[in-house]
Amino acid sequence: MNRTILAALISGALFGLGLAISGMTDPRVVLGFLDFFGDFDPRLAFVLAGAVLTTVLLFRPVLRRGSSLFGDRLQLSDLTRVDRRLLGGAALFGVGWGAAGYCPGPALAGLGVLSVEALWFVPAMLAGMLLHRVVDRA
Amino acid sequence: MTGEWWMALAGGVLIGLSATVLLWLNGRVAGASGILDGAVFPRSGDVAWRVAFLIGLVVSAGLYMAYVPGAPQPRMDFPRAGLVAAGLLVGFGARMGNGCTSGHGVCGLGRLSGRSLAAVLTFMATAVATTFVVRHLWSWA
Repeated sequence: MNRTILAALISGALFGLGLAISGMTDPRVVLGFLDFFGDFDPRLAFVLAGAVLTTVLLFRPVLRRGSSLFGDRLQLSDLTRVDRRLLGGAALFGVGWGAAGYCPGPALAGLGVLSVEALWFVPAMLAGMLLHRVVDRA
Repeated sequence: MTGEWWMALAGGVLIGLSATVLLWLNGRVAGASGILDGAVFPRSGDVAWRVAFLIGLVVSAGLYMAYVPGAPQPRMDFPRAGLVAAGLLVGFGARMGNGCTSGHGVCGLGRLSGRSLAAVLTFMATAVATTFVVRHLWSWA
């Protein structure tokens, strides 16, 4: 196996494990955070805090280095403008996320146990992505 | 802090490590929606690493949920029409806004991107508002 593919496999496995142990694979936990007027569940905030503290600390040396260990350039977005497209997309994303409690990672994780909700949500999400591509091209 | 809160913090650290591994070794952003989009509807030739990432994610989460006693389990009873509508919005919005909770939230904030901060604040706000409507006005879930 190619080392780039092995690295991606390990990264994906860490991601899935993180989602599963934190409770993020259950949308009731996610909605417990987003619902300020119900039984508040702070776990999403702990996940985000743990993840962002880790990336803030560990991305720095990688960003300073400017290329990956395997010699590829860092493929980062060079967009800086906060425009209507960014905010409009984020707003629509949030409506979908807050409605059912799934963002893309946890929805994909649900496929690992053939969760009936993930089997409905993920194809719809793919259709939404495809629809955006069609609209964007038009 | 309860055990569940510690597990949430530890899970977050694992997700941060996942993003660090992908950026450090491959120079790529660990954004779930972008990786999925590029794997299923490829634009360029680099599909294999995306598929590997997705396999790792699905299999590790699946094994944990299936075999670890007391692992949190996904909900089963949300209205199907709601799942489809939410999925369409999440997929469309993530591509339009160039990222989701992992791309903007974990990776974008990690590199102190102002665009990502704006995106995170926006989707958090609309998510909180939508959850209020769905749960307290419509009494779903």
